[in-house]
Amino acid sequence: MMELDTIAAISTPLGEGAIAIVRLSGDEALTIANKMYRGKDLTTVDSHTIHYGRIVEPDTEEMIEEVMVSVMREPKTFTREDVVEINCHGGLASVNRLLELALYHGARLAEPGEFTKRAFLNGRIDLSQAEAVMDLIRAKTDKAMHVAVRQLDGKLSKLITRLRQQLIETVAHVEVNIDYPEYDDVEEMTLNLLKERIALVSDEIIKLLAMAKQGKILREGISTAIIGRPNVGKSSLMNALVQENKAIVTDIPGTTRDIIEEYVNVRGVPLKLVDTAGIRETEDLVEKIGVERSRQVLNEADLILLVLNNNDVLTDEDRQLLEIVRDMEVIVLINKTDLEATLDHDEVKRLIDGKPVVTTSLIEEAGIDQLEQAIADTFFTGGIESSDLSYVSNARHIQLLNQAKQSLSEADMAIDSEMPLDLIQIDVTRAWELLGEIIGDTVQDSLIDQLFSQFCLGK
Amino acid sequence: MYNAGHYDVIVVGAGHAGVEAAHAAVKRGAKTLMLSLNLDMIAFMPCNPSIGGPAKGVVVREIDALGGLMGKVIDKTYIQMRMLNTGKGPAVRALRAQADKPLYIQEMKYQLEQLDNLTMRQAMVEELIVEDGEVKGVLTETKAAYYAKSVIITTGTFMRGRVIIGDVSYESGPNNQRASIKLAENLESLGFDIVRFKTGTPPRVNSRSIDYSKTEIQPGDDNPRHFSYETTEMIVDQIPCWLTYTTEETHEIINENLGLSAMYSGMIKGTGPRYCPSIEDKVVRFHDKPRHQIFLEPEGRDTEEVYVQGFSTSLPEFVQHKMLRSIPGLEEAEIMRSGYAIEYDAVVPTQLWPTLEVKSISGLYTAGQINGTSGYEEAAGQGLMAGINAAAHALSLETLILDRSQAYIGVLIDDLVTKGTNEPYRLLTSRAEYRLLLRHDNADLRLTKLGHDLGLISNERYESFEQKLAAIEDEQKRLSKIVIKPNDELNAILQEIGETDLKEPLKALELMKRPKVTYDVIERILEEDSSLDIDVKEQVEIQVKYEGYITKSRQQVDRMKKMENKVIPEDIDYSAISGLATEARQKLEKVRPLSVGQASRISGVNPADVSILLVYIEQGQIKRLSEDER
Repeated sequence: MMELDTIAAISTPLGEGAIAIVRLSGDEALTIANKMYRGKDLTTVDSHTIHYGRIVEPDTEEMIEEVMVSVMREPKTFTREDVVEINCHGGLASVNRLLELALYHGARLAEPGEFTKRAFLNGRIDLSQAEAVMDLIRAKTDKAMHVAVRQLDGKLSKLITRLRQQLIETVAHVEVNIDYPEYDDVEEMTLNLLKERIALVSDEIIKLLAMAKQGKILREGISTAIIGRPNVGKSSLMNALVQENKAIVTDIPGTTRDIIEEYVNVRGVPLKLVDTAGIRETEDLVEKIGVERSRQVLNEADLILLVLNNNDVLTDEDRQLLEIVRDMEVIVLINKTDLEATLDHDEVKRLIDGKPVVTTSLIEEAGIDQLEQAIADTFFTGGIESSDLSYVSNARHIQLLNQAKQSLSEADMAIDSEMPLDLIQIDVTRAWELLGEIIGDTVQDSLIDQLFSQFCLGK
Repeated sequence: MYNAGHYDVIVVGAGHAGVEAAHAAVKRGAKTLMLSLNLDMIAFMPCNPSIGGPAKGVVVREIDALGGLMGKVIDKTYIQMRMLNTGKGPAVRALRAQADKPLYIQEMKYQLEQLDNLTMRQAMVEELIVEDGEVKGVLTETKAAYYAKSVIITTGTFMRGRVIIGDVSYESGPNNQRASIKLAENLESLGFDIVRFKTGTPPRVNSRSIDYSKTEIQPGDDNPRHFSYETTEMIVDQIPCWLTYTTEETHEIINENLGLSAMYSGMIKGTGPRYCPSIEDKVVRFHDKPRHQIFLEPEGRDTEEVYVQGFSTSLPEFVQHKMLRSIPGLEEAEIMRSGYAIEYDAVVPTQLWPTLEVKSISGLYTAGQINGTSGYEEAAGQGLMAGINAAAHALSLETLILDRSQAYIGVLIDDLVTKGTNEPYRLLTSRAEYRLLLRHDNADLRLTKLGHDLGLISNERYESFEQKLAAIEDEQKRLSKIVIKPNDELNAILQEIGETDLKEPLKALELMKRPKVTYDVIERILEEDSSLDIDVKEQVEIQVKYEGYITKSRQQVDRMKKMENKVIPEDIDYSAISGLATEARQKLEKVRPLSVGQASRISGVNPADVSILLVYIEQGQIKRLSEDER
């Protein structure tokens, strides 16, 4: 039944080029784009026009990107359906966020080759290509299935299966009350009990989604901020990390903000070194934007590298920085060990309380190994298990999890407004189906099987 | 062999499927012959004496909305009527009637006897006359040849029926009627795919031997509702059912004698339904349960026979006596008929088109339990559809296929012909994706117009239906204009029913969206006593209260329809489509779905296959298009 809904995908190669495009096609392309977009009302603009505007977060209205949006109404489009193309600049992260938003607002992630398939189905592509298209579908669908299944970690699969089992037991309980009203073996399912059971599953899904966010970090790089007073060796650190480890993506200058990002891979941990205000030009984040502002910048980082000077006593500024980062993922570097140690190392360790402290001499290229090890350790032991991360980064899984969460929250709202159980059950069943799509199990007869194995029914 | 006459439609069998089939065919103008083994057994209920219940009760109303008989006849012959699931949502409320079995037969026979275009005859059909893949008529045991353009087989559990009680077994239809052997052999030789199914029934006991003081009473509703939209008079004098339970002792007796049970000794080979297990099955599978419910249901007003619901068994007769007498109230029970299991032949329903016509034999239809279903209502629903379509075939009229969003009957038939079934199929509300739309209260809104268009609903009834539609609309309009202002009196009423106070003025219709504000409450608030029919009030309330969910369901239906509307050409050659997986190709060749939607519901046809199918169909259309252009 998923054939003719609205689909979305990133239609430019990932990580290449300065412009990325998220493309939507289908009946609801315009309305979905309109929900993400602030600017002209896209549903009323002329066909084949381009509009400037902003893409915003659904709840907070916080701006994600400035974009150019092309609106092309059917039939004169590639797919012969309504098509919207959102052109954006920023890096991988913002393009992905745009796609996620499109999915969040109701689009479905396009299967490989699906735009082409639609173009064909709607008579846009020449007949001679038919065979090729069919081969493409077969190959790509099978491959996509294969990849999707492979991406499924055993742990996730088990967890999803368990959540589905909880849901279907609950649904079966509701169903048995409906189809066998005189059956006295089980108590009537009550709204309170249903609410509890829904909350249990919902909480697990929320946890999974939180993990998915971490998974995304892994794919996109851990956003890493380098901070410290002037002349402690911040640029040397950045250069050392970049030179030591091949940069996987070089400068992607955004057009809206002066961000310079360096992507480096440190012992399997991808880091996105963020130079928020241009460390290389001013050499001093704290000086330029002040402690309060830097606190804000730091809050957005996943990892902080705080550099101190071995050859200097601890200043008030240093103490303030240590205080700010104490509860964050932080590694403290005591640099310039080639010079005399006037810094009280013990005091630093006391102030930072258990966080890793590494001594380096960046000029003599000493201590870099230890730093890299510390980064790897922080990541792999820091409550995030790397093995959990590959799968949750799958956009399709995230979309399905989000939808399942949404269905359960609709069920929860219906409980609060005291709707009848058999109506609330519609949303619970939907959540069960959505979770099933993640693990490729959508057999509809399961409910009836469950009904008869769970309860002793019949005349 | 002699020529016994020519008809448009012949119905073989006169059970719940057969009678609806014959009646519908006649209503469509077909000269119809109905053949039955025993004319005293028309629409006989060989198992429980009840009609309706969740999902099934909705089917009865659907049959009625399409002009069928079941609802009308049960409304005239019930001994008890109950509305089930009243505490739940509107989608799952359902009527159930306890039937007076002998009276039901009598009334059904009488109704059919009034039809001018129907011939009823007692006969055993042994063979179909088939020429060049087309059915021509039937041959009977007494060498009569009846000819017709359409034939409907509704033989229930009679085909190669075999009754089993413990280690005793004999050839028989239900209730010791003659089994139909030759017809089964004939169908096999015509190439039908046959499966062996099994079902069972409990013992019947004499009411005078029951001590009801040890049981709980189960009365009917004080204000009984009716199945048929035409029924105006209700039977007020109702007879109660009674509830008792099995005991530890019952379970011990069963466990001790399990080896003698036909089900466990390996004597029965047919597949039984999970939803209708025997008592020995329940005790074995759910051995932790200390007791099972047993309902004592009278078989009629003028008989002392009582049906022991929940006690279906194929244990030996002497064990049945012992078991029964271990149940409170049944210590002295006298068995009048023993419980038994029955095995029978059913045809694999994927051999049928959604019209219930057999794919391999033009003009031949099968309906009811022969198609692998179970239940009177499921049978009647299929019978009705087969009758409508067989008449259409004979008279070149429009056929009728109901889809999954239109009726439970549509869900039932789509499931059967698309997926088949590996156990006797029973309708459950959970089988319907859009059950909120398939309510018992709106069966007439869904189907009356269709019924009228096909000639099954009289003009008179259609007019009164249109009046009802208008009344619903008028009342909604009226309530959307009335503004209710908050005051102490109003808030007292709201508090009384457990709602919060009203603070701002609100339209009456909006106020009704609150969970506990029913139509009656609105009437109370407005201090009016509307003369509107209860059905109209109910409709207004449901449509307003559940508007959000109903809209959501409708949107789902719209999405489904996109795929249902992609028609697969009849002459499609699946072997010519490269890229289809082998399993999918085999399934598609067998089921031959009419639409891409139906294809997508076949197990073993995965999304990639559906995509390829879509591409292929589109390719064909483009090809035709370019040929046209030339």
